Amino acid sequence: MPAPRLQMTDVHKAFGATKALRGVSFAVERGEVHALIGENGAGKSTLMKILSGALKPDAGSIALEGIPFRPGNPLHARESGVAMIYQELNLAPHLNAEENILLGREPSRLGRIDRRAHRKAAIRALDELEHHIPLDVPVGELTIAEQQLVEIARALVTEPKVLIMDEPTSSLSRVDTQNLFRVIRQLRERGVSIVYISHFLEECQEIADRFTVLRDGESVGSGRMAGAKLDEIIHLMVGREIADIYPPHARRPEKVIFDVHQLAGIGKPADVTLELRRGEVLGIAGLVGAGRTETLRAVFGLDRIQRGRVLYLDRDLTRRSPRGSWRNGIGMVSENRKEEGLMLEQSLADNLCLTRFRPFSLFGWISRRRQHAASAGLMGRLGVRAREPGQAVGELSGGNQQKIAIGRLLHHDADILLLDEPTRGIDVGSKQQIYQIMNQLAEQGKSVIFVSSYLPELLGVCDRIGVMCRGVLSGIRPVGDWSEHEIIAVATGQK
Amino acid sequence: MRISWRKHLNTLGPLVGLVFVVLIFSGLLAWKDVADHREFSGDETMSFFAAMGEAELFGLRAFLGGANAKIVLTQTVIVALGALGMTLIIISGGIDLSAGSVVALCSVVGAQLLNTDWAAGLGVVLITVAVGGLVGFANGAVITGLRMMPFIVTLGMMTIARGAAKWLGGNQTVNFPETPLLNLMALRAPDSFLPLPPGVLIAAVLAVVTAFLLKHTVFGRYVFAIGSSEATARLCGIRVQRTKVVIYALAGLYFGLAGLMQMTRLGQGDPTVAIGLELDIIAAVVIGGASLSGGAGSVAGSMVGALIMTTLRSGSQLMGWPNYFQEIIIGTVIILAVALDRLRHKKAQ
Repeated sequence: MPAPRLQMTDVHKAFGATKALRGVSFAVERGEVHALIGENGAGKSTLMKILSGALKPDAGSIALEGIPFRPGNPLHARESGVAMIYQELNLAPHLNAEENILLGREPSRLGRIDRRAHRKAAIRALDELEHHIPLDVPVGELTIAEQQLVEIARALVTEPKVLIMDEPTSSLSRVDTQNLFRVIRQLRERGVSIVYISHFLEECQEIADRFTVLRDGESVGSGRMAGAKLDEIIHLMVGREIADIYPPHARRPEKVIFDVHQLAGIGKPADVTLELRRGEVLGIAGLVGAGRTETLRAVFGLDRIQRGRVLYLDRDLTRRSPRGSWRNGIGMVSENRKEEGLMLEQSLADNLCLTRFRPFSLFGWISRRRQHAASAGLMGRLGVRAREPGQAVGELSGGNQQKIAIGRLLHHDADILLLDEPTRGIDVGSKQQIYQIMNQLAEQGKSVIFVSSYLPELLGVCDRIGVMCRGVLSGIRPVGDWSEHEIIAVATGQK
Repeated sequence: MRISWRKHLNTLGPLVGLVFVVLIFSGLLAWKDVADHREFSGDETMSFFAAMGEAELFGLRAFLGGANAKIVLTQTVIVALGALGMTLIIISGGIDLSAGSVVALCSVVGAQLLNTDWAAGLGVVLITVAVGGLVGFANGAVITGLRMMPFIVTLGMMTIARGAAKWLGGNQTVNFPETPLLNLMALRAPDSFLPLPPGVLIAAVLAVVTAFLLKHTVFGRYVFAIGSSEATARLCGIRVQRTKVVIYALAGLYFGLAGLMQMTRLGQGDPTVAIGLELDIIAAVVIGGASLSGGAGSVAGSMVGALIMTTLRSGSQLMGWPNYFQEIIIGTVIILAVALDRLRHKKAQ
């Protein structure tokens, strides 16, 4: 039997006292899609950085087609046939697709770019993906899905043997995800080995041939995807039984307290009507770009409203600022944690308390001791793993960061919570904690609007679900009346 | 224990830098004193330590003595006052290039006021400082009202304020009659450290007040929040635009006060003074650990940064180095300080 395309054996890596990798072994065959599964902090990113040459392992060996592989830097790794597509795309937004695809390897003579060869090479790379992307538009103006294809095309120019994809679908809609999977299958046909990292287990199941589970820096299991049970994989990931990720709930939402009527913004949303009850979790499903985020922003007062009404306890709150929303007990968590959700360099305590310093301030003077005491209490309630309230929030893992972003609404004691993709890109354990928090809040009589692209969690957590398609929210129904299939049908406009 | 250390690292870094600068110049000056002594005594072969024992080390003593410390502190006042305002602005993610011109403008305003008889003493101080605040307010209003880059707006204001200063001064320096205000920066008892000029004490008190404002008030948190992530601040209901206007206006007050100090130090209003001062001020803040992308910085750091700049100047002068040499050194120190800062942050991660 020939050597596998890529083989990692007992790889170790430590950062100071922290052992990021404590023995990782896995093998990827030629023309195989291999899913790498693990919670945040399990060591996936470290492993990928080692493969792409950004980090050097402390111990263990890596072999590429049987030959020892020790990439000194990312360029070396790429030239050896290992290409990487990061979660955050690395494109030059002002350059067009063609220029991006060939960035760094422009066909040229004496520094003068050979225009014709340039275009031909770019078209060839895109043709392999069987997708048409406008070549002359700055990539910043393309959709995320198109940008991702550009990135893949760029990776293909070097004819990689191994292509590593880190959370490629995290910002893609269902349809775009299916397109991406088609591309991945084509690459597989041509013998490219793909290491596929994702939080979405269902997706891994759909696309991968085999899987390896990482937990706490160790590879704890691998096998063929076909026939593997989801529960077993989750069990391997968390090392404990998760009877049900979604907490059981027996809520009885009461009267309608929050009323959005025919809301329209500039462009999106086009027409949104919804009623939110006291003690209810209302889910909003839809494809990326359907206008879900824009709806929350307009309701919250971040974006301008063109038409429609927002009523809360019979008060007209249609035109107000975010400040006015907070004052009325409405809070929001942005989908963009790094830019709009948190102040990464600032302390956990300040991030938690930013909307309400009043409990520990007098005439604008803050008692740091009392602020930190209150923050520590909240951190305990949220299960945040951190050193102390004065620690910078950027030092925490994604899941813990997100808990802080949500914790702000708890500190503010908001009655209406607008949550935009609150579980995106975080590990299963943190997700479960966030579901529990939402559940508790609803039981306390708070009301939640929960926007998500992940259907199982909407079905598992919400009381009712509405679906957005092209700026219009329709068909709000009790969760029991929905199936994943039906939601997708409405979201894609088939119904 | 380890944690509290880390917290103070940001202030401690610049402080270590200051000690380092003092030590280097002490060494250089001792070396120079010894060389001078060898030459003076005609014994070129005298050993270093013997020469050191015999030499009177005038240069070193002058550098480390209380009298020089007083001069250094007094020379720092103007940059330090400017750095207080600039620290607020830079932490909030902005920049103000008009600081130097505002200092010049306010020095002329103060001098002209002293030449009239409708304001005296405290009145002159208040009006002069208020003019600085007004310019800052204008900066803030344009930046937020027209949603323009602070760099561009204050670049324009830099020229406008300079022009206004020349206009108001009739394109020349403005003399004024004897006034008690001249005591603000006067060096009395030049041979001893005390008494310090009132200007130094005023700057010190304001530094403490500003540090408290930034660290212990809601306003301070908002300044950090806006610099750290303006979108987050907006989402959290902070009145970003209004807070920014307040920040620029407040900083303008500091620049106005710096202008007044400038006027009393020179004994005249000078529309062409303090050209490029804004860059010294920004350098002091950046040496002090602030990030030009906002969200980080401290008053203590900026004050040490300002002291480092003046100490470098003082040491270079005592070494007898020409002006251009000082400039090269200061430029190098700015780059080194920021490079070290980046290295430290990388390690912290």
